[in-house]
Formats: sequence, C-alpha cells, structure tokens
Amino acid sequence: MSRRVKFTFPAQLIKEPIIYQLGRDYDVVTNIRRADVRPEIGWVVLELDGRDEDVERGLEWVTSLGVRVDPVAGDVIEG
Amino acid sequence: MAHVKALRCRECSREYPIEPLNVCDFCFGPLEVVYDYETIASVISRERIQAGPLSMWRYHDLLPVDREAAVDINAGFTPLVRAKNLARCLGLEELYIKNDSVNPSFSFKDRVVSVAATKALEFGFDTLSCASTGNLACSVAAHAARAGMKAYVFIPADLEKGKVIGAAIYNPTLVAVQGSYDEVNRLCSELADNYRWAFVNINMRPYYAEGSKSLAFEVAEQLGWRAPAHAVVPGASGSLFTKIWKGLNEFSKLGLIGPVRTSMHITQARGCSPIVEAYDADRMVVRPVRPNTIAKSLAIGNPADGYYALRTIKESRGSACVVEEDEVVEGIKLLAETEGIFTETAGGVVIMGLKRLVEQGRIKPDEPTVAFITGNGLKTQEAVESVVKPLRIQPTISSFEEALGQRARVS
Repeated sequence: MSRRVKFTFPAQLIKEPIIYQLGRDYDVVTNIRRADVRPEIGWVVLELDGRDEDVERGLEWVTSLGVRVDPVAGDVIEG
Repeated sequence: MAHVKALRCRECSREYPIEPLNVCDFCFGPLEVVYDYETIASVISRERIQAGPLSMWRYHDLLPVDREAAVDINAGFTPLVRAKNLARCLGLEELYIKNDSVNPSFSFKDRVVSVAATKALEFGFDTLSCASTGNLACSVAAHAARAGMKAYVFIPADLEKGKVIGAAIYNPTLVAVQGSYDEVNRLCSELADNYRWAFVNINMRPYYAEGSKSLAFEVAEQLGWRAPAHAVVPGASGSLFTKIWKGLNEFSKLGLIGPVRTSMHITQARGCSPIVEAYDADRMVVRPVRPNTIAKSLAIGNPADGYYALRTIKESRGSACVVEEDEVVEGIKLLAETEGIFTETAGGVVIMGLKRLVEQGRIKPDEPTVAFITGNGLKTQEAVESVVKPLRIQPTISSFEEALGQRARVS
C-alpha cells in the first residue's frame, strides 16, 4: 500500500529521527517529497510504502508520539 | 475550452493535462488551473459580461468549463447591499455586504459546486460526493439532483439540523459519520482513494475552487467596475479568500478594472483559527488545530490553502482577525438588526471581524469596504434561539396593551 501523508512536528520533536525510526522499526519505505522545518514547527510531506498493517501500525506510533498526521492536500471536510 | 491550458503545481510548476487530479505527482503540491489569458483578453469585455445571464455564468470565460454544459441551479449574481445602517454603527462611510446567503442552496458553495459538477460530468463521472460540515453537503446534493447524478454526502453526526435537512431534501445518500473530526476526515480521504467518484473538493478541487472567483467578479462589476479598498472574508480552508484575490487580479490583468489595491482580511472564530494564529506569530506555516467552534462551516483544522491565504495577506497588505466564540452571535444579530440580513455563524464571524478591524484602525472610515456573507442564518438557528422572546397575550386589545406596558416597564 502506498499512502501520501503530511507529518506536522511540534517544536519538541523536530530533533527526533522519527522518519528514520518509522522506516527501520515498521518496515515502511519513506520517500520525502517536500518539507519545511523551522525551530518552532516543521512539516514533511512524504509517501509511505509497505504492507497495509505495517503502514497503519507505523502511523499509529508516529501519532502516539505527538506528530500530527494528515492527508497531503489538507482537510477534506469543508464547510 | 480553448481558454484553459493545463493544471499546474502551485509549488514546483510542473504541468498536467486537464484531468481529475488535485495533487502534483512529483512534490504532492496542490494543482491549479492555468488559463490562456491572451485568448481570453481577445474576447472578454464589460459589454460581453453584461450581456450574459444574471448568474455566475456571465463570467464563464474565466471558469474552467463550458458554459453550454453547465450544471446550473442559478448560482450567483447575488445582491451587493450598501449597508448604511451597519456602516453608521461601525463608523464607516462606504460599506457593502455581499449577500451570498441567498444562493439557491443558501450558501456561496453553489458557485464552486456548480463548476465541480459541470467538470465531473465532462469527465464522465456519474457520482458526486463530498465531506462537509453542512453548506457543501446541501450544494452537492442539490447540484447532483439537477444533473441527474448520484450523490454521496458525508457529514459529522452532530451537524446542525438545518444543514442536515437542507442536504437530505435533495435525496442524496446521506452518511452521518460517528466519530471525531479527524476520523471523519480520514475516512473521507480514504474513500476518495477507493471509489471512482467525483469528490468535489478532492479530485475536482482545482476546478471547484475556481468557482469562488465569481464572487470577486460580481463585486467588482456591482461596484461599478472597481475593486474595494478592503475585503473581509471568512476563513475555513482559505480557498475562498485566495480566489477572491485571484479574481480581482484577473479582472485587472484583463483591463476590466484598474489596478487592485484591495487589502484582504481573513476572519476566523477563536475555536478554529489556525490561519490567524500563524499570522499573529508572523509564521508562514499553519499549525493544524482540532476545531471547537460554533462556526461549524469554518471548522477546518488543517486548512488546505492556509499557506496561500497567508501569502495573499502579505501580497495584499491585509490581515487576519480572530473573533471570540461568544461574539459570533452578537455579529449575527448586529447584521440582522441593522440591515435585515440573517446570516449563519460564519457571517457573525465576518461582522465582528469587520468591527474589530475598524476599531484597530486597519480599515479607515472613508475606505470602501466589502464584507462577504457566505451562508444563511436559517441553517444555524440553534445558535440564536435565545432571541425568541415573544410577548405572550390573550386575543384581546387589553391583554396586548398590558403586555406592551409590562415590557416598557422592564426595559
């Protein structure tokens, strides 16, 4: 399964190698396409490839750390 | 459609053919319609526009679809009201309300959905879909009915009754999703990947968003072919805000109006104000939030066009303004009591944002200002139920006069 997602990192997680750990521990191939990382906030748009359950477990772990995970195009709900 | 050239990535500028796409394959940036302005300039004129229908379709030269095939429920060409009473109340001399709450499904969403539905038919889709906190749901269901398309409309289970009924009446498949905002968002994102439907604000988004420009075109025409000094616009995904700016600049580029010196001001309610927060922190990165606001039509925690809205503020020397949750109803009442216009909660945010901008001196008394009212108050009646305080009387003159007297003594 391939998923396109956006990670938004709060300031305290910007120095953590979370994307590396996601790839290593969950067997997910991470492919960064665009990013903007600043001292106070950072976001990374990336593609995730792997078995469905691995990607799901990986995203749950990333979310549990405090990283926000969104669809790449922003919220799909509208007013 | 010789006037449309391609889709282009707003980040890396790669071009794509006119297809149901919304994200660049290379950098995952958003795609936007690119026009051939030379061709458009050779045909468009004030006279040609004025000879067109009294609807948004009089501006079809600047929309990415064929007018002849339009799925048209008569959206647009809504009143631009000179708001003298509200202006006096706020200390302004030239204030206008663009009353888009009187569109056929009672919000500005009819403009964007009309374009999206037309494009969806052109692409051969038989199903129109969306995830919505209300207004979009109503509009998608109405346009699908008109077009003879199937409609799947996903709404959060706790939506206001007025909006649920306003969508259900057109007989779509209405799906009320139990779950948090994030869960609803995620489900709909996955559905878009798995079903060959035209999701108006996902795979149709580049076309859909262009419909909002017609609001700017109308305002410029209704002002006598000029742009206002200030535009005050509600902020949800940020798309409407950026497209009003784009529309004004397109008109100027084509010589239909003079140079645009409009300051663009975006307003959000405190419970969901990620764009204002970024503006106040002087950041160009929008930090997503979990919405918790009574202005449900503005409850977009991770706005797709947040960055572009911030860029529009910079380009136009505008600003972003937050309104407290308990002020929203005050704004609804102020507009109703001064101008006879009943708007929904998003309109309350706009009116109180306008008030604040005047108080802050960002809008000077003599500068022509337009406030954009995008949705109808009948959809969010729950927010203003407390206004209902009738005099209760017996069917006699004496009972009436007694009640009047009692009220006079109380007030």
